[in-house]
Amino acid sequence: MSADTDSDPHVMGLDHTTVTGWGRTAPTAAWLIRPRSYEEAAAAVRDCGARGGIPRGLGRAYGDAAQNAGGSVLDMTALDRVHAIDADGGTVLCDAGVSLHRLMEVLLPLGWFVPVTPGTRYVTVGGAIGADIHGKNHHVSGSFARHVLALELLTADGEIRTVIPGTPLFDATAGGMGLTGVILTATIRLQPVETSLMSVDTERATDLDDLMARLTATDHRYRYSVAWIDLLARGAATGRAVLTRGDHAPLDALPARLRRDPLAFRTPRLPATPEILPEGLLSRTTVGLFNELWYRKAPRARTGRLQRISGFFHPLDGVPHWNRVYGRGGFVQYQFVVGHGREDALRRIVRRISERRCPSFLAVLKRFGEADPGWLSFPVPGWTLALDIPAGLPGLGAFLDELDEEVAAAGGRVYLAKDARLRPELLAAMYPRLDDFRELRAELDPHGVFVSDLARRLSL
Amino acid sequence: MKDAFGLPQSLLVLGGTSEIALATARRLIARRTRTVWLAGRPSPALEEAAGQLRGLGADVHTVAFDALDPASHEAVLGKVFAEGDVDMVLLAFGLLGDQARDEREPEAAVRVAQTNYTGAVSAGLVCARSLQSQGHGSLVVMSSVAGERARRANFIYGSSKAGLDAFAQGLGDALHGTGVHVMVVRPGFVRTRMTAGLPEAPLATTPEAVATAVELGLRRRTETVWVPGTLRVVMAALRHLPRAVFRRLPV
Repeated sequence: MSADTDSDPHVMGLDHTTVTGWGRTAPTAAWLIRPRSYEEAAAAVRDCGARGGIPRGLGRAYGDAAQNAGGSVLDMTALDRVHAIDADGGTVLCDAGVSLHRLMEVLLPLGWFVPVTPGTRYVTVGGAIGADIHGKNHHVSGSFARHVLALELLTADGEIRTVIPGTPLFDATAGGMGLTGVILTATIRLQPVETSLMSVDTERATDLDDLMARLTATDHRYRYSVAWIDLLARGAATGRAVLTRGDHAPLDALPARLRRDPLAFRTPRLPATPEILPEGLLSRTTVGLFNELWYRKAPRARTGRLQRISGFFHPLDGVPHWNRVYGRGGFVQYQFVVGHGREDALRRIVRRISERRCPSFLAVLKRFGEADPGWLSFPVPGWTLALDIPAGLPGLGAFLDELDEEVAAAGGRVYLAKDARLRPELLAAMYPRLDDFRELRAELDPHGVFVSDLARRLSL
Repeated sequence: MKDAFGLPQSLLVLGGTSEIALATARRLIARRTRTVWLAGRPSPALEEAAGQLRGLGADVHTVAFDALDPASHEAVLGKVFAEGDVDMVLLAFGLLGDQARDEREPEAAVRVAQTNYTGAVSAGLVCARSLQSQGHGSLVVMSSVAGERARRANFIYGSSKAGLDAFAQGLGDALHGTGVHVMVVRPGFVRTRMTAGLPEAPLATTPEAVATAVELGLRRRTETVWVPGTLRVVMAALRHLPRAVFRRLPV
């Protein structure tokens, strides 16, 4: 249906397209603009029209954080220059559109690694700051923004501001879901490494209590730590898990043949997942089988296994478009955190998910360390569980609403970068600095230039 | 905005006293819907419906809307969209008419056709344009199995629904890729005021069942919903019956 060309200058543009998050739910249409310079980015912000704009990176946010129905979506991936690397001091200055994958390619040969990486390398630096992402090292290193020394932010007035930690604008931007402005560049402090391999310890936990005890007792000994939980296991096995923990392997841990090129960065890739897959591929039966195999395959206890960075951190990156496995209906990811001392809530939620038989083969539990100051930053010290569930599962919406209630009652919260369905009423309880965020936004961006579907849905 | 399950936060009902529409609104309010616009001819029934929905916790407004006055649609509906995004429009107004009288009084028949078809074309296009500039939203159109194949007993109503159904399908195709989802709902015999006193057809259903089917359709982004679902098969068979046979069926 053609719109009125007089009232809409964009209408002849060819880049009006529907956009979704990684979970492929709730598509909305927007003008996709791909600035190739800071000037073009500023122009795009100036001209984004009545329905505003939102920056977008590689689209790995699961929900609607990088969508903007009827408005503009600024694809920042063309701004992908690495400007300067301080190979002695361990910092990098780069554009926000640079992916962590690219940073690893550039930095690893120099003996540096990104300070924080999530389960995929295909996120941009801008997205990493906007969602204040965390990784398996949160209990040691905190979230991404802790390692940002400065950033340049294009704000609604068209100005480019240098923002440094310790300022309200920094704390609103770190985890601010792109709503304070467009991050153009960032300076990041890096992690030194001797090799590009990981030394990994694996062990099995027979149930949730066993798992939590192991994590509590020994997590501090590992830089990276994560547990995969079998949420389809019931009864005495409820919460059985495989713990995978490790650190960057030192040079002397490598066998001679690997020592010749200790910083090589290899990333195997399988063929992409087909566009069309039968619905219901991930049923309770198939996922149950997968989980059983995955659990049995894991060694009861094994130490010092050498693994590539890609295999340890980003196993799914080897399968492009793995999100298609969930079929046309897409999927939702549910990730929440509850603080230390609220293990009762975690146990209850895990039991409920197990009893409900949610076919989730990606369920990950980890312990968060100290929180960072971002106002809408997700991590708080405690336990976080993340799981993927097909969106078509009957009654899922109401079930997750009930889990939200448990989480909020326990003083916890859900992760906005993954949310696609939170009941807006619960947001303020989960994020106590929400009012500060709203106030700063109202002052910085009085006309609401920066807006996303997430922001509309939750009245951010 | 809609959530991952297609559930709307704001709802505009055209035909604000329709029992099917109100059952749907009640169901959606129990989920995510917080703002409801009930559009219809001003009446105590409209206000009462609004009051009931308010009792469920929604913020409900009534809007004076007349399907038979297409010239006013742009202004009336424009005001609603100016207040904020509408995540779902439920086009639910319609007249059953009285077949025997309408055959005798062509003017009465025209009223049925104008309400069910012309009014819907006008209101549907006005809403579609607003939804399109929003870049998202669902337009849910209450069609009927009666439009699938007109039968002797109610062909005036049936033909108006046939027109509406074809219009809505075409509109859905036109809006494909714009972020707007058009869903055509084809209920069979629904037990409501409209059908009170009529002999009940096989596979009769309720407004609540229609509401359930609408919620499911929103989640799946379905384009055509039959209520009950078995009607899809039944009507596929009926549609291909030779007329000489169809004419004699006791339907």
